[in-house]
Amino acid sequence: MKFSEHWLRSFVDPSLTTAELAHALTMAGLEVESLEPAAPPCSGVVVAEILEVARHPNADRLSLCRVNVGETAPLSIVCGAPNVVAGMRVPCARIGARLSTPDGGAFEIKRSSLRGVESQGMLCSAKELGIDEDHSGILALAADAPIGADVREVLQLDDTLFTLKLTPNRADCLSLLGVAREAAAITGAAFKAPAITAVAAQGKARHPVKISAPEGCGRFAGRVIRNVNAAAPVPEWMKQRLARSGQRSISALVDVTNYVMLELGRPLHVYDLDKLRGAIDVRFGRRGERVKLLNEQTVEVDENVLCITDESGPIGLAGIMGGDSTKAETDSRHIFLESAFFFPDAIAGRTRRYNFTSDAAHRFERGVDFDNNVAGIERATELILAICGGEPGPTVDDVARLPERKPVHVRSARAARVLGIEVSDTEIAGIFSRLGLASARTAEGFDVTPPSYRFDIAIEEDLIEEIARIHGYERIPANQPRARATMSPQREAVRPLMRVKEAIAARDYQEVVNFSFVEADWERDFCGNDAPIGLLNPISSQLSVMRSGLAGNLVANVRYNLNRKQSRVRVFELGRVFRSDAEVKDGPLTVAGIAQPLKLGGIAYGPAYPDQWGVAERKVDFYDVKADVESLLAPASVRYERAVHPALHPGRAATILLDEKSIGWIGELHPRWQQKYELPQAPVLFELDLDALLAAPMPAFREVSKFPPVIRDLALVVDESVPAQALLEAMQASRPAVVQDLCLFDIYRGKGVDTGKKSLAFRVVMQDTSKTLTDAETEAAMAQLLQLLTASVGAKLRT
Amino acid sequence: MDNLEKIVGDALEQFGRINDAAALEQAKAQYLGKSGALTELLKGLGKLPADQRREAGSRINAAKVELEAALVRRRDALAQLQLDARLAEEALDVTLPGRGAGRGRLHPLTRTQARIEAIFSSIGFDVADGPEIETDWNNFTALNNPENHPARSMQDTFYVENKDTDGRPLLLRTHTSPMQVRYARMWVERFRDAAKVPPIKVIAPGRTYRVDSDATHSPMFHQVEGLWIDEDVSFADLKGVYTNFLRCFFETEELEVRFRPSFFPFTEPSAEIDMAFGAGPNKGKWLEISGAGQVHPTVIRNFGLDPEKYIGFAFGSGIERLAMLRYEINDLRLFYDGDLRFLQQFT
Repeated sequence: MKFSEHWLRSFVDPSLTTAELAHALTMAGLEVESLEPAAPPCSGVVVAEILEVARHPNADRLSLCRVNVGETAPLSIVCGAPNVVAGMRVPCARIGARLSTPDGGAFEIKRSSLRGVESQGMLCSAKELGIDEDHSGILALAADAPIGADVREVLQLDDTLFTLKLTPNRADCLSLLGVAREAAAITGAAFKAPAITAVAAQGKARHPVKISAPEGCGRFAGRVIRNVNAAAPVPEWMKQRLARSGQRSISALVDVTNYVMLELGRPLHVYDLDKLRGAIDVRFGRRGERVKLLNEQTVEVDENVLCITDESGPIGLAGIMGGDSTKAETDSRHIFLESAFFFPDAIAGRTRRYNFTSDAAHRFERGVDFDNNVAGIERATELILAICGGEPGPTVDDVARLPERKPVHVRSARAARVLGIEVSDTEIAGIFSRLGLASARTAEGFDVTPPSYRFDIAIEEDLIEEIARIHGYERIPANQPRARATMSPQREAVRPLMRVKEAIAARDYQEVVNFSFVEADWERDFCGNDAPIGLLNPISSQLSVMRSGLAGNLVANVRYNLNRKQSRVRVFELGRVFRSDAEVKDGPLTVAGIAQPLKLGGIAYGPAYPDQWGVAERKVDFYDVKADVESLLAPASVRYERAVHPALHPGRAATILLDEKSIGWIGELHPRWQQKYELPQAPVLFELDLDALLAAPMPAFREVSKFPPVIRDLALVVDESVPAQALLEAMQASRPAVVQDLCLFDIYRGKGVDTGKKSLAFRVVMQDTSKTLTDAETEAAMAQLLQLLTASVGAKLRT
Repeated sequence: MDNLEKIVGDALEQFGRINDAAALEQAKAQYLGKSGALTELLKGLGKLPADQRREAGSRINAAKVELEAALVRRRDALAQLQLDARLAEEALDVTLPGRGAGRGRLHPLTRTQARIEAIFSSIGFDVADGPEIETDWNNFTALNNPENHPARSMQDTFYVENKDTDGRPLLLRTHTSPMQVRYARMWVERFRDAAKVPPIKVIAPGRTYRVDSDATHSPMFHQVEGLWIDEDVSFADLKGVYTNFLRCFFETEELEVRFRPSFFPFTEPSAEIDMAFGAGPNKGKWLEISGAGQVHPTVIRNFGLDPEKYIGFAFGSGIERLAMLRYEINDLRLFYDGDLRFLQQFT
């Protein structure tokens, strides 16, 4: 909502500066989004009358004007504009005048000589005064503008444009009248309602109206005006007020309806009476009906869309926009004015369906005063008659069904409890009275009947808000609440999520936050997902589907940084991924049909270690990243199995199993994607279920042996195809009791080991808690290990 | 016998010149060995008259003790020299950088969220998180924002192809407020049989989505929702808690906070919260920081509680906004670019 301060102050004129008034409105819930001057500063610009226009002796395109600025001697001014004629009144910047430049600077008009002829000032266009973009000619002022007067006064340039950011509940403030009423309530200044006088009918012309859908249209006031001059020029004062409200002048009839809407908040529509086919009927649309609107758009309607119809069918969308076929134009002679009330529910949401909006719809879907229909018609009639002439018929007011205004009860005690501050009954009564809310005292508080223009007062809290608003939020104290000091249990077997993030960051991964929507290609390439969850209204095709994995984003993170000359990129993200899953049911933290688990994903690209002295550079590999993953998952005992994953190199990818269930994967990027996504080297990626990372088994105490450990190495030869895990698992599963710890410490291929075989060396730590082990016992244990490995994987002792 | 002093003098002089352990042992033999000079003198004692023998013996022994002591000193000195040489050789350039793996950092939004969680945890708030693809009911209807209500156009919603169990399109949550509803319902269910439901105190930080993308809007962003419901939690309490939070978060008492009336379907009275720093580049400028209010009775009813008995407040703040003000970050998009040069600043 944008308007001129001058206009507002014609209805309410509190003794506050512009800034104070803006602050008062803002602090009462009518947020002033911006304040702009109606025109940039200027001085020394006065009204001049052009006495004579002669050709410049030395330039064809320039003219030489003699102008009267109210002094005895006229001024001689050189002017380049084509529209100067004798008798015209124009703004004249005299010598010494200061004007603003579009970039916010200023300049002074100096005595100058143009092509050998002296110029004693400058005649100004609207653009030169900074009030309009029009630079086609000198601004023509009213014929009766007082000569010599400052144009700032004549054009009311010392005005401020207010822009309000209104919340959807305050449709009553979508007009000057509404803002003025509110400003009066807030500031206590007197409210001068616009004087509206009924215009007497001249003749009996009327147009029949029928309301077939009273649930949509509660009231329809109408009036015929015959013999108007629709082409009459719009007066400057009206154009100016419209312009300062952000409305361009279109034609007299359109401007009048816009003016009344801005002034009273009362949307109107004008029909060309000669184009109406029979009676107007307000009804819901029928499937298949179409209507071409004023904005040239043709829309289909149905039984959800309230329509204005005549015998030809729909001629407009009720409360939204009129139709093309019956519109009033500058050659229309007889017109019919509509001033209706449409229920918000019958209008709300319809424009979104058609993908446009209108000032009328914006108001009707929020609620329009259902008691000013006739006032609106009278005001419009008065203005039309003044501008276009014409003979008005009687105002016909059809009332079908109006919104109920039931009293709402507010308890003073409840208000005190909700607000945390006592507001006296006297003050509450005063607040209601200032707001124009009819109230009656009850035993516990007040019964309040909301006025016809308020659609936001239905329950007690609505009134409590009004009390707080006018009392002043600022005056409610900031309390430190008292609360019971209850301790919260700390679950030790669940790791806080933050600790997981800190752990992976400590392994040299930088955290990133990526969008949850990605391009469909990423889903296909990195997740093998041809049916991702698509967005119905994506911002762009690159952000059109919900990701079901983190890899696409991580690869993009690497690319982004490589393009910025980073050679080593290691990042992680913790976020949700999304896929359709019929198994998921609605629950406290679930949405049926959609699995949306949290995952931790990481990627490592480039050298294994940061650039440093004394360490030979080598590329990060599978095992480096595996160590990172192992550190995160410890102490859970997980297994790694070779696996095929769409994102990964098939020979260098593993699925990670916990209790036989996959909780993630790790591997090197598939060479195909490395090529497609233009990565000079292959990164290693992983993705883990957050749930698995959050589980932290409680530590289980074991007695520490007081006897010395015995350490023996076991070097074995096995087939190349035997995974190391097979040996470790076999030993873990049935190891002798004295074996405390086992680790693989060497892998060897080459001289001494046959082709197709490899040698694995394990270090075995043996210990007993009750005695020192004898040689015989350790030898027996080692023999047992060898035996079980020979049996399980065909291992032979390396000789 | 007369040359004893000369022998001692020569020996001491010789020991002092030697810089090598082996040579020192040879020199020792020269004086104290089987046929060393002092040993010879001792052997010659027997030839002396008995009255001189005693005195000469004790002089020679004294000389022997003196030489042995000199030898020990020299040995120690040589060992020290050797150690010094080794230590000098082993000296490092201690200014060389340390070696090993690097360290990653947490995202500034994580850092900010952790601060928020720590501050609210300190007065007993729980932290909750839930689905980002939401139902229309949780995101709108339960929060008193029915379909077609003009308040819905305050938030441009992303919809997905999938539908909920009522056949309505699922959406990406436009705020973290659905977690108010989910958490409160879980809480109320948990205390279904209790005479009084214990206070609900929770914050719900997380990702949120709106169809908006320009220099100051991201289609994905983060919010933190806060909710405190009990029998008497008032608007004045909201003012106190949120003002306190901002002063803790920005670590300054020099911070003005103002509440002004606004509108949200799920709160009433509703407030827009502005803050102004008392110092720094934004000094004195009012900055919008949060939307808040007393939870609407319809929403309380949707929690499964009686609004006559339970009241309280809710607020929702942008985590990016808080982070940008805290760290003086000037561009929202930096959060999502994944640019290491930006992210690594948050050590």
